[in-house]
This record gives sequence, structure tokens and C-alpha cells, in this order.
Amino acid sequence: MSKSPVLILGARSDIGMAVAHAYAAQGRPVQLAARNADSLEPQKTDLELRYSVPVSLHEFDALALEEHERFADALPELPGIAVCAVGFMGEQGESETSPAAAAQVLRSNFEGPASILSELASRFEQRGSGTLVGISSVAGERGRATNYVYGAAKAGFTAFLSGLRNRLARKGVHVVTVLPGFVATQMTEGMDLPDKLTAQPGEVARAITDATAKQKNVVYVRPVWRLIMLIIRNIPEGVFKKMSI
Amino acid sequence: MRGLSGWGNYPVAQAQLLAPRSEAELQRLITDSPSVIARGNGRAYGDSAVGVPATLHMRHFNKMISFDAETGLLVAESGVLLGDIISAFLPRGWFPLVVPGTKFVTLGGAIAADVHGKNHHKDGSFRSGLDWVEVMGPDGTVRRCSAEENTELFNWTAGGMGLTGVILRAAIRLRRVPSAWIRQDTIPAANLDAAIEIFERSAAATYSVAWIDCLAGGDNLGRSLVMLGEHALLQDLSYDQAARPFAIPRASNRTVPPVFPSFALNRYSVRAFNAAYYWAGARKAGRQITGYDSFFFPLDALLGWNRIYGRKGFAQFQCVLPLDSARAGLRALLEAISAAGQGSFLAVLKRLGAQNSAFSFPMEGYTLALDFPVNRRSLQLMQDLDRITIAHGGRFYLAKDSRMSRDTLRAADPRAAEYAGMRQMSGLHPSFQSAQSQRLSL
Ligand SMILES: Cc1cc2nc3c(=O)[nH]c(=O)nc-3n(C[C@H](O)[C@H](O)[C@H](O)COP(=O)(O)OP(=O)(O)OC[C@H]3O[C@@H](n4cnc5c(N)ncnc54)[C@H](O)[C@@H]3O)c2cc1C
Repeated sequence: MSKSPVLILGARSDIGMAVAHAYAAQGRPVQLAARNADSLEPQKTDLELRYSVPVSLHEFDALALEEHERFADALPELPGIAVCAVGFMGEQGESETSPAAAAQVLRSNFEGPASILSELASRFEQRGSGTLVGISSVAGERGRATNYVYGAAKAGFTAFLSGLRNRLARKGVHVVTVLPGFVATQMTEGMDLPDKLTAQPGEVARAITDATAKQKNVVYVRPVWRLIMLIIRNIPEGVFKKMSI
Repeated sequence: MRGLSGWGNYPVAQAQLLAPRSEAELQRLITDSPSVIARGNGRAYGDSAVGVPATLHMRHFNKMISFDAETGLLVAESGVLLGDIISAFLPRGWFPLVVPGTKFVTLGGAIAADVHGKNHHKDGSFRSGLDWVEVMGPDGTVRRCSAEENTELFNWTAGGMGLTGVILRAAIRLRRVPSAWIRQDTIPAANLDAAIEIFERSAAATYSVAWIDCLAGGDNLGRSLVMLGEHALLQDLSYDQAARPFAIPRASNRTVPPVFPSFALNRYSVRAFNAAYYWAGARKAGRQITGYDSFFFPLDALLGWNRIYGRKGFAQFQCVLPLDSARAGLRALLEAISAAGQGSFLAVLKRLGAQNSAFSFPMEGYTLALDFPVNRRSLQLMQDLDRITIAHGGRFYLAKDSRMSRDTLRAADPRAAEYAGMRQMSGLHPSFQSAQSQRLSL
């Protein structure tokens, strides 16, 4: 029995690539989607050599909304699982002063991912099966001075995933929201992150394969984040606004 | 800057860890930094993969590039782990020609230390299976080297401890194996003479290694369990195993708690552990079919076991003694250890075969490896062991060293001065330095 492929949107990212490895290791074919997809040829060869699974490359730009329908139509096979690892943190300072910079953060973390997942959702819905995975962030659970533009986009994405899950629950399509907390990736390289709270990309990938297999809804990659965010969400606004966390 | 050390957590140096993701970035780091050293997976015990000020984390170079299923030739980037190679190719019937006692080492680290396995007496060191290597030099140029091309660079790179440049890619030959199981024979040896005799008459065995009770003294000095291994053939396996010869039930990994109570590690517990291990093994002596993981990499099942030695860390002593003085030398080493009462959980004895290399560790003879928690007494003992080794014509393994002196190395190994001279002459010295090469003036 051949397994259905897994589509990775934003495959070049550390998390995207780790997810590709995790599914390929289970013997699943992988579709890698990213900008300049051709340059992922070495990653494709690596995955094929390691896991003996077919890997294909697909040109994809999360911000080119007008292309998303064509992108979904052009996939050689509608995937069984689609994982959206698209994201862009930007610089909070820049987002505060440049509307264009802020828009890019909002569009990369919310508009683009929502658009492509909508395209896939309608196709999965029609087929009556499939799993959509959105990688959001704990930053979306409460806006903080240090990254609220990014946080706002992720909040939007989290709400979007929740609504999508609600809409598709009776249609055989499952939606997973992944909240990674800190992850040691290229995006966070050089930041001073606490070891105990920082996951490796492979851990995120394992959380995702596990969540899709067990049909979980919302997963925190490191369980401690559930508690941390519970506390942070419940700090009264009057207190929160004077804090710097 | 951060505290960086090797697997023994000793010594710790303040170093900057740089993690390039492309050749261009690597080139820039090499040409811009006063000196760098490559780091693979940090499984060298001491400071050989610690560069002050700059250490290059090479794990982003971790792609496999090609595999020839006719010849078993694998081309891969240097940050690929041997464990990944095994996971990918053992199910297809291929295994690396040489593996060290842990599979969590990178290809680059295995080449730079020219690691040896339990089959050194038969198959030689890692370089026996190495077709070519690509090395980035001080000017950022990448050179391919092999036994035919840039031969001198090739010779010094295998076993050169990263001091000839940064290894980017390599081609290694895998061997065909009939299954993922090992047919293991365990033979108890009542003392050192018995152990040596077993090794000498087992030269035909593909794999051999002995676990040695280094606290036993008197008539029991050198008491050990010799383990011989062969890749199991289908007829060696049970019906179920033979049906899927490359499928091995996955052993669960266990993790050592971050702070292991240090009172659990003292001379009494170590002595008791060693004796119990010997008697348990002696009772189970004989033939057994075992998974490749537990035969080659027994320690890997216990993730983070290096932490049991506590915050001060531990050091390994590993030397090799030439064949004709091995018996007397081993006896002297074991007597010193037993007398000091400084036991080691992990004491390993191996018969090495002949090897002519520019700077690799192995030579024909016997190698003894032991772990000690770092403290004043054990550091003193290791200096005594250094002297005994030198007196018997032996030499030391740089991948395990964390504390030797420049003079000890020079006295044991005339090749060190030659290597240092070559590095000066060819301009490698200013660019590639580790805390170890600085300590040892390499
Ligand atoms: C439990 C255990 C068992 C072991 N058993 C054995 C054994 O049986 N036989 C044996 O021979 N060894 C053994 N070793 C030692 C180990 O095989 C070597 O130390 C090996 O070099 C570690 O590889 P690494 O990738 O972790 O390299 P690191 O420890 O990171 O580096 C080791 C050396 O390789 C160099 N290096 C790493 N990557 C590169 C690169 N890309 N380019 C240039 N230089 C590089 C470093 O500069 C350094 O000098 C054992 C170690 C452990 C922890």
C-alpha cells in the first residue's frame, strides 16, 4: 500500500525540513514547497537517499496569493497531510515604524498561510479526508511589547485554524494547531534562549507526526508552555501593561 | 562566548560557537577569524573540538549526496552522523566498514580522529574505507584529496584532529552485511595472560574487544570478558529474525538524570559493579545473537551517561602499546590502577592491527581505555600511566586526551613534532587551532 504524500509549505525553514525528515522516515512521499524550490535539490537527494521515498519540489510563495489556486491545482497528487511552516518574525522595531515591514510580518504569518490552507481545505473537504497542520506560536496568545506585530499575526492564524477545525470537523478533515514556544532555528540563532524552554526542530517535527497520527487539536511542543501561557494569559491587563516580559 | 567542552565535560573553555550554513559562510568565517577549529558532534572527550576563540559547529552540513548500490560508495557532507548512515543503509544491507563505540559521531569527526573499531586488527582504521575527502584550507579553497590526489593532505587529514582544515564532504565505502544481528561469543579470561591468549588465537574473528575489571589485583589482575563478533548469517538467526533480518526491535533509550548523586560513584561501588559485571558475564559465557546496537554501541542506549561523573567531569586515558611490550606494559598499567584503587566503570582492552599513517593513533599492539572522574588523585594517577606508557614504547589517543602535556606527547610520539613542523611550513598553523593543539603545541 503506498502512503499518501505530505506537503510541506515553507520547506526551507529548519522546522519545515525537520518535518520532512520525520514523515519521510515513516516511508511517506514528500512534497517540498518553497520559494526558489530548485535550490532544494540537495535536500531532495538527501531525503531520497536516507529514506528511499519519492520527493518532489514545488515553487511556492506564501505572499503570492493570486498563485495559490494554481499551486494547489498543479500538485501531482493531493497530499494526505499538509503542514504549513511558513513564518517570518521580522524586527519589532521596524514593524513599529514601517507599515510595509509590519505588513510583511502580518502577511507572512497570517494572510499567506490562511490563503494556501483555504485552498487545500476546500480540496480536502471535497475528498472527505486529510489533515492540515498550522504552525502558529505561543506569541499569539498575548501581545507583548517586544513582538506584538508578529504575535498579532500568529493570533490571527491561531483563530483561523480554530475556525477551520470547527468548519471541517464533520467533513472528515482534521486541523492541528501547533504552538512551538522557543525553537532553536536559524530565525532564533544568536538569541539567548533558556535551554529548558527551547525545543529542537526535530522535537517540533515529532510533536507534529504524533499529533497527526493521534488527531490532536492543539499541541504545545514542550508541555511546560501550556502552563506558562495559562499564567501569562491570566495576568490582569492593569498589571500586564506595566510588566516587561 | 560560552562555556564549551568535549564529552568528558572537562576542561571547559570560553569559546564562540559559529554555525555556518553554506560554504560561502564557512569560507568567510575561516578567512576572517584569527583561528578556528571544526566541531562535529562533540564526542571527543577533551578539548580537541574546542576552538578558542572560535569553534565551527558543522552540523548544518548534514546532507547525503549520492550512493552507489553496486559498490557501496556513499558521498555525504561531514556533519552527517554515522548513526544516520546506519539508519539509512543498514535496512538495505550495508554497514560502515569501521565504527567507533558510539554512533553519535559525525563523518568529519570520524575522519579527523581516524577512528578505530572492534575490527581494527582485520580492517584497519576509518581511513581504510575512505575514498576521498574534501577539505577547506586556510584561504577558503576546497581541495579534494585521496590516496592518489593531494596525497599529503589526505594523509595528514585522516587522524589530523581537524588541524589541516575543515572537512566538507567525503566518500566512504560501506560493506555488505547479511543481517543487522551479531553473533557474539563471550569468553571469560581469568587474568591478563588469558585475555591476551584469547585475542591472539582469535585473530580471525571480525570483531573483538574485552571489557576488563581494572580493580581486580593479584592473580586476578586483568580479569576480563572477551567478546568476539561476526555479522550473523541467516542460518544463525531464529525463524522470526531470519524472516526480516534487518528489522531489530528498537531498544528504549534511557536518559541519565541531569545531576547524578556523586556519592553513587566511589571506589566501593565501582569495585562492586566491576565484579558483578564480570561474574554475570562469566555465567552467560558462550554464544548469543544480539542486535548491532547493543554489540557496537552499548552506551548509546543510556543518553547523557557522561553526566554521571558530576560537574567536574571526567577524563579518559587511552594508550596503545606495541605488541612486544604490551604484556609487560599492560601489567604495569593495571597494577598502578589497582594499587591506586581508582577504578573505572568502563575499561576496554582491544587488539589493534598494523597501521602506517601520518598521525593516526593505532599501531599494532594492545590499546587500553579507561574513564576516571576528574580529581587530584586521578589526574596524578594518569600522569603515572603516561610514564608507564612511554617507558613501554606506547602512545596516546588525542580524541580521548584532555590533560596531557606537550612534553608527554613529544616523548611518546615523534610524529607530533613532524606534524607541527608541517603545519608551520604549510601555513595551516595560524588558521586552525584547538584548545588541545594549543596545549600540545601542534
Ligand atoms: C562512548 C564513546 C565511545 C567511543 N569509542 C571510540 C572507539 O571505539 N574508537 C575510536 O576511535 N574512538 C572512539 N570514541 C571517540 C570518538 O569516536 C571520536 O572522538 C570522534 O572524533 C568524535 O566525533 P565527533 O563528530 O563527535 O567529533 P568532535 O568530538 O566534535 O571532534 C573531534 C575531532 O574531529 C575534528 N572534526 C570534527 N568535524 C570536523 C570537520 N568537519 N572537519 C575537520 N575536523 C573535524 C575536530 O576538530 C576534533 O579534532 C568514542 C567516544 C565516545 C563518547
